[in-house]
Amino acid sequence: MTIADTSAPVTPDHNTVLSRMRRALRQVPFSVGFGIAWLAGMVLIAIFADQIRPYGITAMDLRSRLALPGTFPHLLGTDELGRDVLSRLIQSIRMSLVIAFGATIISAIFGTTLGFLAAKFRGVVEHLVLVLADFQAALPFLIMSIAILAFFGSSMSLLIVLMGFYGWERYARIARGLAISASAQGYAAAVVQLGATPMRVYLKHILPNVASTLIVSMTLTFPEIILMESGLSFLGLGVQPPETSLGNMVGFGREYLTRAPWIMLAPSLVIMLTTLSISLVGDWLRDKLDPTLR
Amino acid sequence: MAHLLEARDLVRTYQVRRGLLGKPTPVRAVDGVSLTVRPGETLGIVGESGSGKSTLGRMLLGIDAPQGGDVVFEGQAMPEFGTPQWRALRARMQLVYQDPLAALDRRLTIAQQIGEPLDIHKVIPKEHRAARVAELMAAVGLRPDQGGRYPHELSGGQRQRAVIARALASRPKLLVCDEPVSALDVSIQAQVVNMLRDLQDMNNIAMVFISHDLKVVRNIADRVAVMYLGRIVEEASSDVIFKTPLHPYTKALVSSVPVPGKMLEGRVILQGEPPNPANRPSGCAFHPRCSLANDLCRSRVPALLVAGEGRTAACHMVEAPADAVAA
Repeated sequence: MTIADTSAPVTPDHNTVLSRMRRALRQVPFSVGFGIAWLAGMVLIAIFADQIRPYGITAMDLRSRLALPGTFPHLLGTDELGRDVLSRLIQSIRMSLVIAFGATIISAIFGTTLGFLAAKFRGVVEHLVLVLADFQAALPFLIMSIAILAFFGSSMSLLIVLMGFYGWERYARIARGLAISASAQGYAAAVVQLGATPMRVYLKHILPNVASTLIVSMTLTFPEIILMESGLSFLGLGVQPPETSLGNMVGFGREYLTRAPWIMLAPSLVIMLTTLSISLVGDWLRDKLDPTLR
Repeated sequence: MAHLLEARDLVRTYQVRRGLLGKPTPVRAVDGVSLTVRPGETLGIVGESGSGKSTLGRMLLGIDAPQGGDVVFEGQAMPEFGTPQWRALRARMQLVYQDPLAALDRRLTIAQQIGEPLDIHKVIPKEHRAARVAELMAAVGLRPDQGGRYPHELSGGQRQRAVIARALASRPKLLVCDEPVSALDVSIQAQVVNMLRDLQDMNNIAMVFISHDLKVVRNIADRVAVMYLGRIVEEASSDVIFKTPLHPYTKALVSSVPVPGKMLEGRVILQGEPPNPANRPSGCAFHPRCSLANDLCRSRVPALLVAGEGRTAACHMVEAPADAVAA
């Protein structure tokens, strides 16, 4: 018979923030860890684009046009005008991230607000929101964007706002449905009964409860917006040269696909890895934010 | 003593449509109910499923607007649902739910939710909030460490204690309990009912206790109103109604409660199902199931009349008040 040592010393740093973070990090699966690291890298690149860019995005080096990746001093090679692909890629990441983040947030806030308004007021308001959502869903977004951009001319803020209208009808429908079912019975009705204002009921109770679904929806919209912007830039309606975005780079790199595939492959790889990371992290985040799944 | 809550001739009708093209038929869920609640007293409301108990409870709180009649609380007419006046009144009157898990927000901790009425009604300064929450939790018998838990981490009885603590946070004068213990184990039921009683005595809260369980109502209520198909058929003090029920329906209900150590003698077993409220029987709604029914019962609705000291009954067969007192 053994006597268990019950007087094991309790580690003093058991509950410090650092050790808790370390423990939390150890539980993160590899794919999610990769996703977080990649996204953090992308955000850092976007923030410090001006500092880490080795060359200006319009600086031409005509003597080493279409240089292969890895050739000094151009790490990712150069394009047809001898512009450094790495520098242009860094600037593109900043541009595309600003557009995608801005647009995703606009569309999430806009759609969720309309959905909650529909659930709160029902009747005419609800019909109006649903008609708008149907209208948005029925209209090919690309065609509408082309029309608006062709009419008003392309500018950065217009592009972000326009992209912000992409996918809002999904949030509106989800938010409306979840809010109606929440306020019909259960916790929301209980909070109303406590005397809470509608503002409090919707923002403090219903929103956190439906946030997981909305976050998943955001992880779907984010890559779609990157791809949509790529498509518009590819068509020449998005970001205008000499400015550059990921889609823009893919569009222009296409012409040199056979002779200099690196011009197109570098931004394509960034698009793919970023969208993948967003999906992985978003999925993981949804589970983490739900206390009942812990 | 002045009435805390007074309801007069409350009517609530729902439109029920049968099938896609069916004609909507009105269903009178509550059909002309009047009642009063004095400060600190407990009124039990019993009846079968579908007798309109819960609808009545919601109307008493102003959550559902009555289509006829009115509710007066502390001398003031009930404000319309959702108005600032109605919201402010929530600090004075609260509801305890049947299903505590559904009534709690699963993303907030128990302590946060118990303190929520304090934030909403700003009854006490922020720095006293934690102390008041701890006091409430102690009052309902929750351990301090359970404040950090989420609803799904507690047992059914503990959740209901949390719901009751939340309802009491703003020191209400009226508590409507809608089947508060019917989802709990019998052993837990007794604990929660006793706790409600103690809290009520301590804080002088009036209670409307809605239940289908006569044992529970007998334990907690001072007065009992029996509902059948949206109407009160008998009302009397708790001791009187369980000892000498007058209405045949009450008799059947009371005889169905087993008494320990006694054989079930003279048990009145009700025949048939409670009728469909959309298709209310003529005359006394209870006549198809009543053993005493005669032609008068089939043709005329009995009025709720005084049937003795402090008691009323709605039955043609109940004799004059003088005889009822003698019985």
